[in-house]
Amino acid sequence: MCLAVPGKIISINSNNSEFRTAKVSFGGAVKEINIQWLPEAKIGNYILAHVGTALSIIDEEEAEEAIKTAKEFEDIQKTLDESLNK
Amino acid sequence: MKFVDEYRDIKTVKALAEKIKSAVTQNWTIMEICGGQTHSIMKYRLQDFLPKEITLVHGPGCPVCVTPLEVIDKAHFIARQENVIMASFGDMLRVPGSDTDLLKIKAEGGDVRIVYSPLDAVNIAEKNPDKKVVFLAVGFETTAPANAMSVVEAKRRNLTNFSILSSHVLVPPAMHAILSSQRSLIQGFLAAGHVCTVMGYEEYIPIAEKYKTPIVITGFEPVDILKGILACVEQLENGEYFVENEYKRMVKKEGNIPAQNTMFEIFEITDRNWRGIGEIQKSGFKIKEKYSDFDAETLFDLEGLSKDEPKVCIAGEIMQGLKKPFECPAFGKECNPENPLGSPMVSSEGACAAYYRYNR
Ligand code: SF4
Repeated sequence: MCLAVPGKIISINSNNSEFRTAKVSFGGAVKEINIQWLPEAKIGNYILAHVGTALSIIDEEEAEEAIKTAKEFEDIQKTLDESLNK
Repeated sequence: MKFVDEYRDIKTVKALAEKIKSAVTQNWTIMEICGGQTHSIMKYRLQDFLPKEITLVHGPGCPVCVTPLEVIDKAHFIARQENVIMASFGDMLRVPGSDTDLLKIKAEGGDVRIVYSPLDAVNIAEKNPDKKVVFLAVGFETTAPANAMSVVEAKRRNLTNFSILSSHVLVPPAMHAILSSQRSLIQGFLAAGHVCTVMGYEEYIPIAEKYKTPIVITGFEPVDILKGILACVEQLENGEYFVENEYKRMVKKEGNIPAQNTMFEIFEITDRNWRGIGEIQKSGFKIKEKYSDFDAETLFDLEGLSKDEPKVCIAGEIMQGLKKPFECPAFGKECNPENPLGSPMVSSEGACAAYYRYNR
């Protein structure tokens, strides 16, 4: 129930300030999601959705950063392995 | 799926596990607060990647599991009334009350409907003006704003046949309760990333300081969880304790303020009973007086419905990190997902169900 999943905004349906909704694609499955708590959300943004509402816009720079640092560990490990095997 | 697959990459998981191994010099016990993280840990067998010095214990962060028996019994009572539609998230249907569950009530002819969103329950009310629609509104700070929005929306649409049976719980008071217990074994916390998307993480700063315990905001994919553990271990090894955000792509320090505003428009803080744990002060939400027309507690006569928990279930100790599911004498025997005795066996986020599903 607490599951929240990332999806991409493909269109914004209603800009009613009291009830703003968008069509969001979750890996191809499209659902209508309320986005009124993300006034700055735009088409093309990735958002985190939970029980029909969007809670945050995914910060793509931070997302890449997280992967990059993890990949760096991978490289360090590879170098370590290589030096141990020599 | 973007923002999912890359966080499940096995090479990255292994590299992070290596990094944790080289950081650890002694035993550490870390609690992941959220049931969604427990589920991932079991599903991806993350414990197998970790050095033996690290013990992960599973926190009370499954709202289905901690919803008190009394509330479940109230929901069952309401669902059996004439002209009522009971709407609920799917995982509440099999939660055992004192004598039945919502699925059985449905089989007996009760109008019980599964909804994906509380807003779907509002739509059901709009389409069925001659029925009273009650939404069983449980959840942590992640779900409370959407549940609050259902009331705002019902009011905006002038619906008089919609109400919620509310049982909301809050994470920081539970962390206080766990850490202040004499029996607590917890040395570090992985905080629930999705709760923090709403609430931010300023509330955790005094907790980390008071109990000298590192708190790391952590996501839900394998790479996220290992990054959270690594950050926690590094703090522990350095004798540090502060709040660290390892889920920056989703979580901002201040959280989502409009969502908080919706939540605090409808709810106010109250003492709450947690199933299996007991009452924790100021640990939940109740509906404000001015929205009592939308509060199922005031619309139905629910007095005298509370009963005691089944004795055999040790869910409370499991959710405080004191015991593991397989230490329960009923685990996998009388109690299994087909026939749950306690709620942690029902929800896929419950520790007992996660152990049953992935660990056997
Ligand atoms: S195995 Fe069943 S009875 Fe035992 S603690 Fe878990 S839910 Fe309760």
